[in-house]
Amino acid sequence: MCLGIPGRVVKVRSDGIAIVEFSDGVSIETDANTIEGVRPGDYVIVHAGIIIARLSDEQLETWARDISEFISGLEEKGEEILDMLRSLEEEDVAGKSGKD
Amino acid sequence: MGRSRLDSSDLIVAVIGKIARSLSGETVKIMDFCGTHEHTIVYSGIRSLMPENVELVAGPGCPVCVTPAHYIDTVVDLALDGIRVYTYGDTYLLPGSAPPLSKKPRTLADAKAEGADVVIVYSLLEAIKHHRRHGGESVFLAVGFETTAPSTASAVVNGMVPEGMTILNVHRLTPPIMRYTFNKHRNAPIRGVIAPGHVSTILGAKAWEFVPREYGIPTVVAGFEPNDVLTAIAYILAMLKAGRPGLVNQYKRAVTWEGNKKAQELINECCEIADASWRGLGIVPESGLVFRDKYSSIDAVYQYGLEQLRRMEWKYDLPPGCRCAEVTLGLAKPTDCPLFMKTCKPGSPYGPCMVSSEGACSVWARFGGGGLVEEIVRDLGLE
Repeated sequence: MCLGIPGRVVKVRSDGIAIVEFSDGVSIETDANTIEGVRPGDYVIVHAGIIIARLSDEQLETWARDISEFISGLEEKGEEILDMLRSLEEEDVAGKSGKD
Repeated sequence: MGRSRLDSSDLIVAVIGKIARSLSGETVKIMDFCGTHEHTIVYSGIRSLMPENVELVAGPGCPVCVTPAHYIDTVVDLALDGIRVYTYGDTYLLPGSAPPLSKKPRTLADAKAEGADVVIVYSLLEAIKHHRRHGGESVFLAVGFETTAPSTASAVVNGMVPEGMTILNVHRLTPPIMRYTFNKHRNAPIRGVIAPGHVSTILGAKAWEFVPREYGIPTVVAGFEPNDVLTAIAYILAMLKAGRPGLVNQYKRAVTWEGNKKAQELINECCEIADASWRGLGIVPESGLVFRDKYSSIDAVYQYGLEQLRRMEWKYDLPPGCRCAEVTLGLAKPTDCPLFMKTCKPGSPYGPCMVSSEGACSVWARFGGGGLVEEIVRDLGLE
């Protein structure tokens, strides 16, 4: 039931109701009193008619970075595992060059 | 160009396989605590990509599945008494305690079929607008975890609930049920947790600090794309391999460490924490929200003199043969239930886990359950 749908804030009314537009063009009224400082243009996650979270521009660009953080995060958690990943990468490269 | 070779589910699956093979000992049981994660796992066939020694198990991640029959009976009775009932679509078909095929309406849908005024809404805001247009007397059935509770709290605290409308508060809390679930798995402990992403937008990643600290279980707050879930599994295995259980926030694009403070304040202002009943499980300490006394004017429990279930009054509230309690706790798979896809189907649910689109039984029924590849192999007779 905790399904959250990302959308863009189009307008915020004085009563704290925000109009949010989704990627399919549908707009709905949402309660923006549940989060601090939402403004038009913000990307947000909507659940059951309320805004539960705001996605910053920076955060929206993190998909690729998340993956590299995944690698660097592993570095903190164990050099051994990082070695494993490096060897995997080397195997991957070797495999690809073989095919090429 | 510019795209990391590591930005690929293939590579993450390879990493998972590599780390998993290097782990010795028993099967690594990883539990998800969100129906949307279970949906991603099943819909994307992630279970079938797991190495033999990694088992993905669905935990109590569906608030509809655990909403006690008592409260469905209550709103059905109110609806039959002529009070308009607003409900999320998820709870429209949720059965109460009346046995199947009995004359008494079992669900809000049954009550509506008998002429009761039952209105499905997407949000409390929508119910408020509808009530303002139509007036009269109404009750809103407020179910959901911490993700949904702020919608109730905001309407109550900000004075948005119109005269004549009350709310039946059945909100439930996830950290207490996580503790409860861990204790039920003592014989074959859970060794990794995929923490609920959207609950965490409200509570913050910090809500799960207790899991590695007190239980030694690696925990990852994850997003809902297939690669999010795969990355979370890899993190968990990496932490197990390193022998350092910790808490990782993989869903940073939406979840902060502290969470949504305004939503937290609204919940605290509106509600207090109380022992609460969970369907099929009983009373779980400090696992539910009730309205503070100052909001008794919108509290359906107070206004209609309804009973809150207490320990001595709780009765087992699943229909005969239904294994939803075990499915909810990850102690059984949906396919372990003899009623699955026989008596109990998405179009005619018998037990609560087949009702909501995020109930484990419903997800498995619609998208093929445990391992897509294995099922295709079986269907083709290639075993």
